[in-house]
Amino acid sequence: MPAIVDVRDLTKVYDTGVTQTIALAGVTLTIGQGDFVAVTGPSGSGKSTFMHIVGLLDEPSSGTYFFEGNDVSQLDDDERSDIRCRRLGFVFQSYNLLARTSALENVELPMIYAGVPEEQRRAIAMRELSELGIESVASHTPNQMSGGQQQRVAIARSLVNDPALILADEPTGALDTKSSSDIMQLFRDLNEKRGMTILLVTHEPEVAAYAKRVIAFRDGLVISDGARVAGVT
Amino acid sequence: MTLRLALEALMRNRVRSLLTMLGVIIGVAAVIITVAIGAGAASSIQQQINGLGSNMVIVLPGSVTQSGVRTGLGGSSTLTPGDGLAIAQSPYVAAVSPVVGMRVQAVSGGNNWQTTIAGVAPTYTFIRDWPIDQGTFFSQNDTASAAKVCVLGQTVVRNLFPDGSSPIGKVVMMRGVPFTVVGTLAARGQSGIGQDQDDTVVIPYTSAMQRVTGQTTYVNMIMVSASDAGRIQAVQGEIAQLLEQRHRIAPPNQDDFQVRNLADIANAASSSSAVMEALLASVAAVSLVVGGIGIMNIMLVSVTERTREIGLRRSVGARAVMILRQFLAESIVLSTLGGLFGVAAGLLGTQIVAHVAKWPTLVPLQWFFIAVGFSAAVGVFFGYYPALKASRLNPIDALRFE
Repeated sequence: MPAIVDVRDLTKVYDTGVTQTIALAGVTLTIGQGDFVAVTGPSGSGKSTFMHIVGLLDEPSSGTYFFEGNDVSQLDDDERSDIRCRRLGFVFQSYNLLARTSALENVELPMIYAGVPEEQRRAIAMRELSELGIESVASHTPNQMSGGQQQRVAIARSLVNDPALILADEPTGALDTKSSSDIMQLFRDLNEKRGMTILLVTHEPEVAAYAKRVIAFRDGLVISDGARVAGVT
Repeated sequence: MTLRLALEALMRNRVRSLLTMLGVIIGVAAVIITVAIGAGAASSIQQQINGLGSNMVIVLPGSVTQSGVRTGLGGSSTLTPGDGLAIAQSPYVAAVSPVVGMRVQAVSGGNNWQTTIAGVAPTYTFIRDWPIDQGTFFSQNDTASAAKVCVLGQTVVRNLFPDGSSPIGKVVMMRGVPFTVVGTLAARGQSGIGQDQDDTVVIPYTSAMQRVTGQTTYVNMIMVSASDAGRIQAVQGEIAQLLEQRHRIAPPNQDDFQVRNLADIANAASSSSAVMEALLASVAAVSLVVGGIGIMNIMLVSVTERTREIGLRRSVGARAVMILRQFLAESIVLSTLGGLFGVAAGLLGTQIVAHVAKWPTLVPLQWFFIAVGFSAAVGVFFGYYPALKASRLNPIDALRFE
């Protein structure tokens, strides 16, 4: 079975015309089925760029990227959109829920683009919300929910198309300590109980500690890659 | 699906959506109202033209050259009652009446009034489509016997019988000849050129020729009614041919008569209403373009405002074309709804105009479809650029947009 993510010598250079900024200087790594990976590093280390490339939102300057065994560097915009739709789930720091739209409808959104029929959409969204323990807010709009609830809705949204990989970009960055540990526990459960493969980007060591594997970035390079540091939970 | 999403998005910004639509609403309403007034006016003009007579063709004496002197049109005498009888035998001719005119002083009792007599045949009321008010029109027998009978127009009635008594059976003296009034014509008002049509005394053309003018050979004009509007051209040709034969006119000699029809007048009127419609259409175009620019403006604002939403939609799997479709649907829904509301507002405005100003109004059905269809087209045209802009946003930049 091929790795979910397999990148080799990945580089990303931003050319502003005057200066060249090297965001990724040659990253090689693989993420297997069932992994729970935390990418850490200071700002400017290239971790976000890495996640955007893995999430098919951005393209590398050079290097190869195999997603589920397929070379994705040659895909056009529509094909990349379709993979994002069916095989990837995104969770953002700022939740990015549609305003004035109910939690249920927010969760349904990826299924609209996947062409799932309406009744089925509603059923799957409802099931996912109750699985995450927030079926009570199904009809609430984002401004009627706490940050923790909003992030749970966002996680439910990332799960509904049954993706191969969840990409979480600083998912606890906007949350208090309590909600933050709840959300991280949720990610751990998703990984352990549902076998969901997760790639998490964070700069907080205590958040990274929930992952099985921590990869540290600095100046666009991987400086360490291994099992989580003992002694921190 | 796309349509429902668009409606939902617009419902989230109700006030703004309504204000955006206002441009199109006002434009379409203005178009509907002006069309209603224009079409109402055109149809009442058409009715007036029809009122001049049914399918009428007029034969006038032409210019003739006598000893090197050319007379003007109608200034010569070339048409005879016999010409009229011959024309009556032609196919597609429903009725014929010679007309002999003359200004006379009409006297009845202590009142007198200068008016014009029209010496005609009994078919005159049919040709002019002119109903009788009181009494009867004179008969074929009256024409045959050159009877001393007359039918008065309402202006003459008013001036000769100011006390309001019935003129029927009274005697009116014209050129010293006593004519008995047998009927009166219904009021007709002014003609298209401002002439008072009711200022007339109608008598048998034989009586006019033998008893009033003393000129018994020629008539001033022959009025002909074609059997239906489509035959007018044919009848004109027929008359021309017939009269050329009767008057022994062969090329290169010029005809000594002229054949005219009311269709020429009707054409002039319909060409002026075509100009009117072109004008209205340009008003429509301008107002809808202004409304469309309003829509484009708001859609551009909306795209900027919802940049993060677009980024999110792209990241959960929306293809670029789906974003394009979504925003295009929103602008089309905006403009089409604006068009529908505009039609409703226009109908309401038309009712108000009809009741308050008492103008004739008429809303042709096809303008509903033109207005709504044009609005939808405006939505496509002015919504495309903002939608394209939205669909071309880079997903990451859109997600990071503050």
